[in-house]
Amino acid sequence: MIGISQIAEHYVELAGLLFAIGAIGFLVRRNVLIQLMSIELMLNAVNLVLVAFNRVHGDTMDGQMFAFFVIAVAAAEVAVGLAIVLGFFRLRNSVHSDDADTMRH
Amino acid sequence: MTIGDVYFGLCSSLCVLGALSTVIARNPIRGAMGLLLTIVGIAGLFIQLQAQFLAAIQVIVYAGAVVVLFVFAIMLLGTDAVDRGGEVKSSVARAIGGASIAFGVMAALVLIGPKVAEHPTRFSKVAADHGSVSAMGSLLFTRAIVPFELATALLVVAVVGAIALARPSWARKVAPSVSHATRRLFAGPVVPKDVANHSAGDHR
Repeated sequence: MIGISQIAEHYVELAGLLFAIGAIGFLVRRNVLIQLMSIELMLNAVNLVLVAFNRVHGDTMDGQMFAFFVIAVAAAEVAVGLAIVLGFFRLRNSVHSDDADTMRH
Repeated sequence: MTIGDVYFGLCSSLCVLGALSTVIARNPIRGAMGLLLTIVGIAGLFIQLQAQFLAAIQVIVYAGAVVVLFVFAIMLLGTDAVDRGGEVKSSVARAIGGASIAFGVMAALVLIGPKVAEHPTRFSKVAADHGSVSAMGSLLFTRAIVPFELATALLVVAVVGAIALARPSWARKVAPSVSHATRRLFAGPVVPKDVANHSAGDHR
């Protein structure tokens, strides 16, 4: 009997759960800030899968390297995303994604 | 049940609790705190997966920079960032999308569960320095040097773009030109194209 923490599928299941929570939050919530946080949740879930499978194939560290670059891209994405949120708030005085309809009218 | 299993259960419940409170939170500050909880939990799981370097990076970059950036943005927006009462209702299409994702994940977990019990994918033996700072660092500067340098370029572009986007419109007017009095402090013309003006005299 091996411990539950030594089986890769458990990490994948946890990551799937986190990804689903993030995806549902992104779809259902209207607050742009919460939507950005949901994107971060999904990126974190993907990172967890990358590192877990890297642990299965222990002779290389490519999975961890991928996770490292995902973290770097996520940091850049948050910086630009929050700047867009601030600009949007300045324009429409709102943080609701439904109010971002200037291009529709 | 070993210590590792207890640790895994603790970290994973931390992750799920934080993720749920992020998505449910009406106040974005609560959402940011939930995100912090998830990030710390995932950093704990990274340690168990022999990724010490990534765990440190996770705490420094996510908990130290991303969450703080979120909190700064929420504080800049003030009380307007909070969801007001009747505006949390969602459309039918979004609800259907969310429910189908939830159903798909549940189905996948139920289908995978029994197979995991039969043929679990075990972890392999790894070197003692797997995921350590020195091993990851030497890999970063040898095999992954090109994406590493590209990531620096990406971060610089992101910083410049964020500043350009976040500047208010009143800050975008052109910088005032050097006044005549300032120019007179210098003996000669400041820039070559001022030679003509200089020879024409300063009695304007």
